[in-house]
Amino acid sequence: MTPPPSVTAGSAFAIPTTGSGKAALYIVGPAQAVRRDVDLGQPASFAAGVLYNAGHYVVLLTGDSVADTAELDVVPAPQPETLGFLAKPSRLPVGTPNGISGAIYIFDAYHNLITKPLPATLELSNASGIVQTRTVTTLNGLAWTEMNSAEKEGTVKFVARVGNISSTRIIDQVPGDPCAITISAAPANGKLLVQTAPVHDCSGNAIPDGTIVTFTETYNNMQTTVDVPLKQGVARVTMPAYKGSKISAASGVVAGNEILWGGGQ
Amino acid sequence: MGWRSVIKRFFVLACSLTLPLASAAAQQATVHLEPQQLHGSRPIEKQTEAAVIRDYLAAWESMQSALNLNQPTLLDTNFVGPALDKLTGTIGDQASLGIHVRYQERSHDLQFVFYSPEGSSIQLIDTVEYDEQVLDHDKVLATKPLRQRYLVVLTPSEVRWRVRLFQADTQ
Repeated sequence: MTPPPSVTAGSAFAIPTTGSGKAALYIVGPAQAVRRDVDLGQPASFAAGVLYNAGHYVVLLTGDSVADTAELDVVPAPQPETLGFLAKPSRLPVGTPNGISGAIYIFDAYHNLITKPLPATLELSNASGIVQTRTVTTLNGLAWTEMNSAEKEGTVKFVARVGNISSTRIIDQVPGDPCAITISAAPANGKLLVQTAPVHDCSGNAIPDGTIVTFTETYNNMQTTVDVPLKQGVARVTMPAYKGSKISAASGVVAGNEILWGGGQ
Repeated sequence: MGWRSVIKRFFVLACSLTLPLASAAAQQATVHLEPQQLHGSRPIEKQTEAAVIRDYLAAWESMQSALNLNQPTLLDTNFVGPALDKLTGTIGDQASLGIHVRYQERSHDLQFVFYSPEGSSIQLIDTVEYDEQVLDHDKVLATKPLRQRYLVVLTPSEVRWRVRLFQADTQ
């Protein structure tokens, strides 16, 4: 029995045999197992699509007059058919260096990992066009890269492409943390109306409504704290108007300016 | 499931990178860990490395049992996705042919080659030396010693790493 050293996944092939009589030929590995009844002296033929899982196989010929073993490699088909594309995360803040990662596994038509090096392209694009591109050669069947999130909020397409096969993921880029908070205060019916200026991240994107701003008023060792969600980009609150009180605001790790209330003077 | 043997095997691995694992009851494989070659991907912390090796060796044990007993359900704990599908298919093939296969590994030579930045997949190469014994019921049809390089991708699940891709590197 002289099997070829390797065959392409899913292709037709034959294994010549010698001798006479009947025997059974097995091809067995963790990836697949097949058997053919053989007239010794005739080749054992395998049609296209019979042995399709890439792997290393033991070939054994067994019968009354024969017991022979050999090895056979089944290699992935060279043509990519599908991509396994792992893109992370699906949502991240703008302006994050190397915040987006993409890993591509390239498979043939039988979902065998193609381990021969292949060029792969990863692109990030928004409504105005492609914003970042990387070309990477696969190693051990894998290509991966990291990219920066954009400065402007919104969705981007993350496309992996190998030959004419592509796979797309959508990534939502959201505003980052507030860059600065500026508050002002004004008397209102014997109290104090304190409000922020419109809150933005450091790229100028509006911070989403619902983000909490914490206002703090300190007076005579007393402290009053109020959490207020942004509404239409602004947080506002009414607080007691104590002459000489200090009022400040913060959101996340960002603290705003401090106001010393002098009674409207 | 030979958890005790896996833990013992890994404990010894943690003590020494190359070691023979002797057991009076059964032959156990030696496990050798090559230096990581991550090609710029995220470094693998020691705890993660230990967990992946433990779970990968457990996957081998479950694969051995599943292919020997033709019981695909034994794979469910340690395999997922394409690896689970292909091994399940092989067990179906074996059962329909009336054969079962014993895989007895002698050594694993492991090398980590990729860890995704967000920690959702890890790739290693395992050069395995093992015996493959094909049986028709209790009759041994053939036993073949083999040395093969496997590409393995594991992904985390709730409590363990599972093998998602398991393919002999024949290219």
